[in-house]
Amino acid sequence: MHQKSQSRMGRALTPLLWIGPAVILIAVVVIWPVVVMIQSSFQKISRFGIVQGANGLDNYTKLFEEPDFGGVMFRSLIWVVAVVTLTVVLSLALAQLFNQKFPLRNVARWALIAPWAASVLMTAIIFKWMLDPEAGLINMLRVDLGLLDALGGPEADPLGQASTAMPWLVFVAVFVSLPFTTYALLAGLATIPSDIYEAAKMDGAKKWRVYWSITLPLLRPALTVAALINVMNVFNNFPIIWAMTHGQPGYSTATSTIFMYILKGSDIGESAAMSVVNFGMVVVLTGLFLKVSRWNTEVAR
Amino acid sequence: MTTSTAPRTDTRAPVSRHGRRAAPSRTLPKLKTVIIAAAAYLIAFIFLFPYVVMVITALRPQNELQDATYLPSTFAWSNFTNFWTGGLAGNLWVTIQVAAGSTLLVLLVALPAAYYTARHNFRGRTAFLIVVLITQMFQPTAMLVGIYREFYQFGMVDSIWSLILVNGGFNLAFAVWILNAYFSSIPRELEEAAFIDGNGRWGALFRVTLPLAMPGVITALIFTFIAAWNEFVVALTLTTTPEKQPLTVALNSFIGQYEVDWQNLFAGSVIATIPVIILFALIERKVVGGLTAGSIK
Repeated sequence: MHQKSQSRMGRALTPLLWIGPAVILIAVVVIWPVVVMIQSSFQKISRFGIVQGANGLDNYTKLFEEPDFGGVMFRSLIWVVAVVTLTVVLSLALAQLFNQKFPLRNVARWALIAPWAASVLMTAIIFKWMLDPEAGLINMLRVDLGLLDALGGPEADPLGQASTAMPWLVFVAVFVSLPFTTYALLAGLATIPSDIYEAAKMDGAKKWRVYWSITLPLLRPALTVAALINVMNVFNNFPIIWAMTHGQPGYSTATSTIFMYILKGSDIGESAAMSVVNFGMVVVLTGLFLKVSRWNTEVAR
Repeated sequence: MTTSTAPRTDTRAPVSRHGRRAAPSRTLPKLKTVIIAAAAYLIAFIFLFPYVVMVITALRPQNELQDATYLPSTFAWSNFTNFWTGGLAGNLWVTIQVAAGSTLLVLLVALPAAYYTARHNFRGRTAFLIVVLITQMFQPTAMLVGIYREFYQFGMVDSIWSLILVNGGFNLAFAVWILNAYFSSIPRELEEAAFIDGNGRWGALFRVTLPLAMPGVITALIFTFIAAWNEFVVALTLTTTPEKQPLTVALNSFIGQYEVDWQNLFAGSVIATIPVIILFALIERKVVGGLTAGSIK
């Protein structure tokens, strides 16, 4: 396709010159850590990082026999399902709303991006502060709205026990996931030609019917990709739980990434085993993503 | 239905029901717009709310911190000067170095790769783009132990270079994809014409193609800068000395203390957050396309 007269050797090497740096960077930062991680999961490694020899499958057996392992995995699943479902449903509503025409729409849309642009860690820290049992804003509102007794009494510390902490963690995760998802759906809505709606209107279709049988199906590609990206982000999310509860009390608010991080402090080999389990799930999800995303039509132009 | 409004897809909001019952009058669509706008402004406010709280807390005098009041009696701007004189200014400097370094690295690495894959068909092109797409789905959290072990072996713990490398590597995909899309959209003929006009291959590239791709370049750069600026998990893992930690890690370590100096913490958070929100607003429209890697057309 390119009609440059080059030597055969040169032609083979030129692409390397251009994409080589990218390949090296990906190899060093993304691929090699995976190799090291898998290798570490079969090694006995001291707390200080000294490899003390092979460990067979002991790291994995130890991990699976942790009394908290089952709970942590179950919680990770609930965490992903709850956050992504709520995010997608709320984003569908938000995308509809912000797709309407109203004055200053761009300003309102702009406000929506704040939790997306800000560090997730910072947002989590603000919510932790607002949930402070003494001077936190949410506590103040609870008092001023006369809901003190209804919401756990004066002693309640919302982040102090799993039963109230988990819903707040999910809330914050949904809060930071909504902007991207809403924007992705807005982009999807923008691709739906308006004459489809004109036609439906002519036929006298009811609005909810139009939404259900025209908008939603046409939105599906955008919805699928956005949902999968969310699944990845939420599954890998660390800062929210780390900043707000550290996975405590006990491991009662820990997901698998938090568990992996805590294990790293005591047994790196076992932590690596947890990482490999996490990574396996990420690989499965990525495969799913490649399947649904239309990369092939894009790449093979 | 009978109203003269543009085709609307709204179904949820009760407003649409009002609109439907209405005769084709000129006032009712307006009422609908008012209700929609009010709902949208309210939601926009909710999304900004935590950051408003952050700014207000950052301006609270220390002795009013535990008071259950919505607003402080005076604004303590000294919290911000305390930030500069306290140790956190050093952590901000680390953050700036890491963010700028990662951005530069991504620019140097992604630009040639994206340009070449957009302009040439070569063996391995598809494979390369798929690998890039796969790395986009991977996040450092999932391979944290591997990253830690690798840089530990390299003796690069507590080094800003390791943070630059990791941030650069994990943001490369976004940059390659968005730049590739931009380069592909620029007609080859334009570059050929500039070449024929005597600019040379490189002249054509730098004087014609690159300027046209500038919006994509800027989007990729700002996106990388923000991502590296906000990054937490890798920095938490790869830095142990307090002075070597970027702002996110340093601010988080405040929380572990028994008495949290929330007002200093939030002065730091404001400095860490507000600039990136403004930067992000500049590229907001283009980010979705880059993140979804061309799956949404």
